[in-house]
Amino acid sequence: MSHTAPDLTPFLGGDRGPYKSWDPVNPAMIRHWCEALGDSNPIYTDASAARDAGFNGLVAPPTMLQAWTMRGYREQRPPGSDTSDPFAVLVALEEMGYPAVVAVNCEQEYLQYVTEGDELYHRSTIESISEQKTTALGVGFFVTELSTYYNQRDEVVGTMRFRVFKFAPHERDDAPAVTDTGDGLPPAVRRMRPVRNHDTRFFWEGVEAGELRVQRCLGCQTLRHPPAPACPDCQSLEWKAQPVSGRGHVYSFVIMHYPEIPPFDYPNVIALVELEEGTRLVSNLVGVSRHDVSIGMPVQAEFSEVEPGFHLHQFRPAEAD
Amino acid sequence: MKTRNIAEVRVGDSLPELVIDITPRLIVGAAIASRDYQNVHHDKAGAQALGSPDIFMNILTTNGLVGRYATDWAGPGARLGKVAIRLGAPNYPGDTMTFRGEIAAVEPSSRRVVLDVKGKNSMGYHVTGNVELILPEEVAA
Repeated sequence: MSHTAPDLTPFLGGDRGPYKSWDPVNPAMIRHWCEALGDSNPIYTDASAARDAGFNGLVAPPTMLQAWTMRGYREQRPPGSDTSDPFAVLVALEEMGYPAVVAVNCEQEYLQYVTEGDELYHRSTIESISEQKTTALGVGFFVTELSTYYNQRDEVVGTMRFRVFKFAPHERDDAPAVTDTGDGLPPAVRRMRPVRNHDTRFFWEGVEAGELRVQRCLGCQTLRHPPAPACPDCQSLEWKAQPVSGRGHVYSFVIMHYPEIPPFDYPNVIALVELEEGTRLVSNLVGVSRHDVSIGMPVQAEFSEVEPGFHLHQFRPAEAD
Repeated sequence: MKTRNIAEVRVGDSLPELVIDITPRLIVGAAIASRDYQNVHHDKAGAQALGSPDIFMNILTTNGLVGRYATDWAGPGARLGKVAIRLGAPNYPGDTMTFRGEIAAVEPSSRRVVLDVKGKNSMGYHVTGNVELILPEEVAA
């Protein structure tokens, strides 16, 4: 199915509203929210804490902004509200052959805190509609709705930009290969397992035993890492696995910011460690802020079970003797 | 809860991790508390009919949890100025989401602090974004 981009400019802009709140800002809704979200900030639920913080009543969590004017169970708005759909462009796009939708961004700005008794409403405009875009999901449009929230004095208390991608999914004959985990959920992303072969098995067995081992050439006694079948210095094929201290220093390092690939943590500090025995290896550096990593920093190897049954070596800053 | 002041924070400081167990109770309870009755947030069969393996957390809850993570750290005297999030892997029941955060900017003159916040589940990032807070001035001893 090919999509000739429709003209969506008639849907741009506009000023719809008011979309009113069924109830004034009230302690019961605030408490339900705080209970469910585990938010124990006392200014939301304790009147004296709110007063001490300079408010004249309980404060609503700012992130509740959108909740106040939601339609609720009956999907109806209170009397006096605009009856038109603020996101009419999405309905129109559905009819044009773009059935799927996914929320992409939500940006809320809070200009003043709302408190018990405030009566809120919002107005809505379609701030932008992108050109037709092709993403990993399909072909469609990024649509940004700007909602502006007001109180009973018509003062702006906050804004929300809500961006969705409304799209026609890619047609695919090949259903994505999904491992059935039994519970029907997508499989968790796991770290790639290292290859174990004749040359590398000793290293991973060492990691599991909590010992760092490197190859020592039996021809010229040179240490080498990563494992290889032959010595790069003397070409000997004879070697043994030599346990080393795990002490060394940062020879060089890089901070990996992008792209962020699960399941790793970012920014990811990756160091080239020079061992005191004289060879180097690449590893994660943990236990230090990326702002404090420096070349020459003394480090010590340690071992951790990063996933059940999967052990890895990593380095941590050590005290210099 | 202690409130942090603008003089005691610096760029690069990390926030303590916050681990959230994603339970049906949390997903449903918070969806209803946010007055979001879309069936994908409470009805497993309904969610599956729309191609999702299970119910999943709604955006208002994610946004609220990001705000909570920031103010848990900053304390009741801090004021939220902005929460801007990008959404990724859904939060399904049975998973856990771990929040991590770091101070990305500090503006002493306006007492404004910007946090980088990321919430990660077993499939990757559920949410990434920025939170702006206004912190109180240093209290004179």
